Amino acid sequence: MKQLVCLSKTPETTTQIKLTGDGSQIDSNGVNYILNPYDEWYALVRAIELKEAVGGTVTVINVGDASNDVVIRKALAIGADDAIRVDADPSNALGVAKSIANNVKEAGYDIIYCGKESIDYNGSQVPAMLAELLDLPFVALATDMKVDGQTATIKRDIEGGSETVEVQTPFVLSAAKGLAEQRIPNMRGIMQSKRKPLNVVSSDVNDAKTQISGYALPSGKSEVKMIDPENMDELVRLLQEEAKVL
Amino acid sequence: MVLVFVENSDGKFKKAALEAVTYGRKTADLLGSECHALVIGAADNAGELGNYGATKVYQLSNDNLNSFDSQTYTQAISGVANDKGASTIILSNNASGMALTGRLAARLDAACVSGANALPTLDGSNLRIKKNIFSGKAISEMTLTGEKKVISVTGNSLKPETIGSPCEVEAVSVDVSAPKSKVISQDKQTGGPAPLPEAELVVSAGRGMKGPENWGIIEDLANIIGATTACSRPVADTGWRPHHEHVGQTGVAIRPNLYIAAGISGAIQHLAGVNQSKCIVVINKDPEAPFFKAADYGVCADLFDVVPKLTEAIKKAKA
Ligand SMILES: Cc1cc2nc3c(=O)[nH]c(=O)nc-3n(C[C@H](O)[C@H](O)[C@H](O)COP(=O)(O)OP(=O)(O)OC[C@H]3O[C@@H](n4cnc5c(N)ncnc54)[C@H](O)[C@@H]3O)c2cc1C
Repeated sequence: MKQLVCLSKTPETTTQIKLTGDGSQIDSNGVNYILNPYDEWYALVRAIELKEAVGGTVTVINVGDASNDVVIRKALAIGADDAIRVDADPSNALGVAKSIANNVKEAGYDIIYCGKESIDYNGSQVPAMLAELLDLPFVALATDMKVDGQTATIKRDIEGGSETVEVQTPFVLSAAKGLAEQRIPNMRGIMQSKRKPLNVVSSDVNDAKTQISGYALPSGKSEVKMIDPENMDELVRLLQEEAKVL
Repeated sequence: MVLVFVENSDGKFKKAALEAVTYGRKTADLLGSECHALVIGAADNAGELGNYGATKVYQLSNDNLNSFDSQTYTQAISGVANDKGASTIILSNNASGMALTGRLAARLDAACVSGANALPTLDGSNLRIKKNIFSGKAISEMTLTGEKKVISVTGNSLKPETIGSPCEVEAVSVDVSAPKSKVISQDKQTGGPAPLPEAELVVSAGRGMKGPENWGIIEDLANIIGATTACSRPVADTGWRPHHEHVGQTGVAIRPNLYIAAGISGAIQHLAGVNQSKCIVVINKDPEAPFFKAADYGVCADLFDVVPKLTEAIKKAKA
């Protein structure tokens, strides 16, 4: 089984988002970066589990600059075999998907994993775009996967429940919570990761049709109104008459 | 023309689908264009989508589209868009929307925004659209410069409005290949409250509940107002509640009208997924709980005491 996992780098989840003075950028001062949790915890670990069960390889791919090598090495420490970094600006989803597609088109991967979204731009776009560019079936929001030969049986989240989908390799999936359990890299993995191949390739994709033209922060809440725990009638009244939500 | 892909739920249209139609109509008005809707599969009342702003409905039936497959649905939607001359495609940002939005954008080489939470504005001939990023910790404004555009709309971002009247339904056909994936079973709650992403009222609880056996008081409160139940991440991780109830940065991001949180501390990752709620009520016995800073109304007390009292008070007010 030849597997590929797409990784993105995101700010750590406790990051307080601040804007630069003129509001035109997210202030990256003091921000710590991690592997996107959906990519690391669910997509990568499921791929490694499957490799442990049936053999084969797990390659990881990331689009970004050399500062991403730290998080890519972490994926190698968790158990991926080798890595590709496409040296390009990842700010446009279609550009990222094209950069990945161009580099993996000929490689013949059986399963290509993405996280269900990156926790920074919450786009959920790259996995579906990649599937379309590679002309492959795509199963979004996978929470469980069983593989038997070339047939995968995948459970995916839908509104208010789940559905089970059957698909043959090759295909693309996006990983949601439940697909696997987070793994912490051990010392041996960390030592090995330093010697695993990380190939840097270039990309000439450059046709952004969607740009970020500005940022804002959500308007702050007004002061909380504390309600006497003995007077829930008052809370109900406020919810009905002041907030008008009941 | 603006084409809205309207999700057909067994012949019916959910609120999210109607929201998308209204969004499509308002976008069409802005562009000086028309809003048409596309329905895949049989639906008796397709013409009623006109009430929400469509001026024409295309109805597409094809055996290759009987079960949802993102590849064939993308062929179908982009096929109709091309045949009918649509420049902008709008869909809901839900489970099927997430599987389709990126595919459509790649197929049409289009500008794309997923999870729009406000109507677009015009910037010359380009559209500008706001969406939440960092699960609601910030907002970005996107400029769409391509000729073709694909936009998916976050649930509860606008209300479906009755701004038209029933319209003509035209049967259409397009070529679609045989699907390479097949839905073999579905496990959906039937009846009951709205699924979390669509819910207007949500009652949520955290580790302060002490154990799954205590959830009765949360369900009682939810039942009496018709709310959907949710929980914090550790609660889902320990199996006290099902995973699909987990809200927050790594769970479902929601924006209901009312979010009641009992026994949840209000960690930044939790707030990220719920801070777009219009009104937040926090019940917590710790006056220092960070959640109070994000709340509209707070009750500082033991939830085992307060939650049943709140349920009683609502019963009384309803009587
Ligand atoms: C990468 C990452 C991603 C994460 N993503 C999410 C996410 O998506 N969603 C999420 O929820 N969390 C997430 N977390 C976890 C988050 O940091 C918190 O640990 C979690 O939200 C805490 O859950 P809690 O509030 O239920 O529990 P606790 O923090 O233990 O809080 C329990 C609260 O209950 C109160 N309480 C206890 N007993 C009572 C009582 N009898 N009456 C009233 N109040 C009582 C306490 O005062 C306390 O405030 C994430 C963490 C990480 C590291």
